[in-house]
Amino acid sequence: MKTITLPAEETLLTSLHAGDRVLLSGTVYTARDAAHKRMIEALERGEPLPFEIENAAVYYVGPTPASDGRAIGSAGPTTSSRMDKYTPKLMDEGLRVMIGKGRRSPEVIDSIRRHHGVYFVACGGAGALLSHCIIHAEPVAYEDLLAEAVVKLTLKEFPCFVGIDSEGNDIYEMEDEPARR
Amino acid sequence: MIREVNISDITAVVKAACQEIAFDYSPDILKKLHEAKDAEPGIRSQAAMEMLEENAKIASEERIPICQDTGLVTVWIHAGQEVHFTGGSVKDAVQEGVRQAYTESHLRASVVSDPLFDRVNTKDNTPAVVYFDITEGDQVRIELTAKGFGSENMSRIKMLKPAEGLEGVKDFVIETIRLAGPNACPPMIVGVGIGGTFDYSAYLSKRALLRKLDDGNADERYRKLEDELLEAANQLMIGPMGLHGVTTALSVKIETAPTHIAGLPCAVNICCHACRHKEVVL
Repeated sequence: MKTITLPAEETLLTSLHAGDRVLLSGTVYTARDAAHKRMIEALERGEPLPFEIENAAVYYVGPTPASDGRAIGSAGPTTSSRMDKYTPKLMDEGLRVMIGKGRRSPEVIDSIRRHHGVYFVACGGAGALLSHCIIHAEPVAYEDLLAEAVVKLTLKEFPCFVGIDSEGNDIYEMEDEPARR
Repeated sequence: MIREVNISDITAVVKAACQEIAFDYSPDILKKLHEAKDAEPGIRSQAAMEMLEENAKIASEERIPICQDTGLVTVWIHAGQEVHFTGGSVKDAVQEGVRQAYTESHLRASVVSDPLFDRVNTKDNTPAVVYFDITEGDQVRIELTAKGFGSENMSRIKMLKPAEGLEGVKDFVIETIRLAGPNACPPMIVGVGIGGTFDYSAYLSKRALLRKLDDGNADERYRKLEDELLEAANQLMIGPMGLHGVTTALSVKIETAPTHIAGLPCAVNICCHACRHKEVVL
């Protein structure tokens, strides 16, 4: 299994293939519906985004509040297609990596291909397990949105699959490989 | 004989149920997930099932919610007509139970106050959707679900023509499961409501999700249809997390009602594997 540290070099991202199992470490920013809407509105007004978007990674997640002594609560992926409307614009601004679950629109796949990005899919409904792979969380913006705020996360060996690779290949259009028994 | 039930008992029951289902799968689903893991022939689909099993264990032992989407709560209060509620408003008591559970147990507040113009988080996951039902006797039966919207968003309804009949129902259910695909966090549990009115079929499809996985429809014809639809769903090869595998659904449940001579409403309520529900009798 490959380990990728984010933010990653373009050559590393383009070496990945849809279906690869990977472990992600490093920095990602959380953003989902409401945060995306605000970010796009900020761009339309000519204002800066709340974090450096160049080569950035976004994780589509709205975690549960952290209990005492934990970095974060349950934190699995949410359905990515709700962000499809906003994604090409953010990729034009520099976004390269997304983590979520489910299919993406043809426009997003095209954007991933043009910008040599990668879309990773994590296991939906495994929020407790995945919370173990998030070692630090730091609020960045839109805290009034509560679970939908933008938070800087540090991942450590966060398990996922390459969902759509830089050539536009899609895990959901592929057969699985036979398991060794 | 009139039996008095203090509404504080309702708050306590709703609170405890919300707390329990956020962290613990029901045993019937856990068992099915385990069987499904062993049945998966592919590397990725098997890995996904292993993660779901491990997740269930971590959630239960460490009291971290199974899923970050701890749902929008729906509550049914089946009140015996010989019950007299004391101590205040039953409706408020239900909402108070939800409020206490979500704020005290670090569950996610996922409700906005207005769907279109003011999508402002209410901060305590209220209001829950509440249904009241009058029954005979002096008991109060409370049913509760906390449904995530990854799967809720993939639910559909169709007003079929009576002439479309059985085939029309089958095609619509399977098409809905196919369209839900990886978005609904398969393996799914599928609730189907057939008959009634436009709204009542949707209500029935949600009620179908309250049943235990091994609880087949009492009418043999519908029980056979449930089995047939489950088999057809799994032949779609969507698989766990949509990674291509043999387990797309764990169960299909059908609820029915009499309907109009001109109609055949059919609603499909898709639920992810974390089909969280609880029933308590007071």
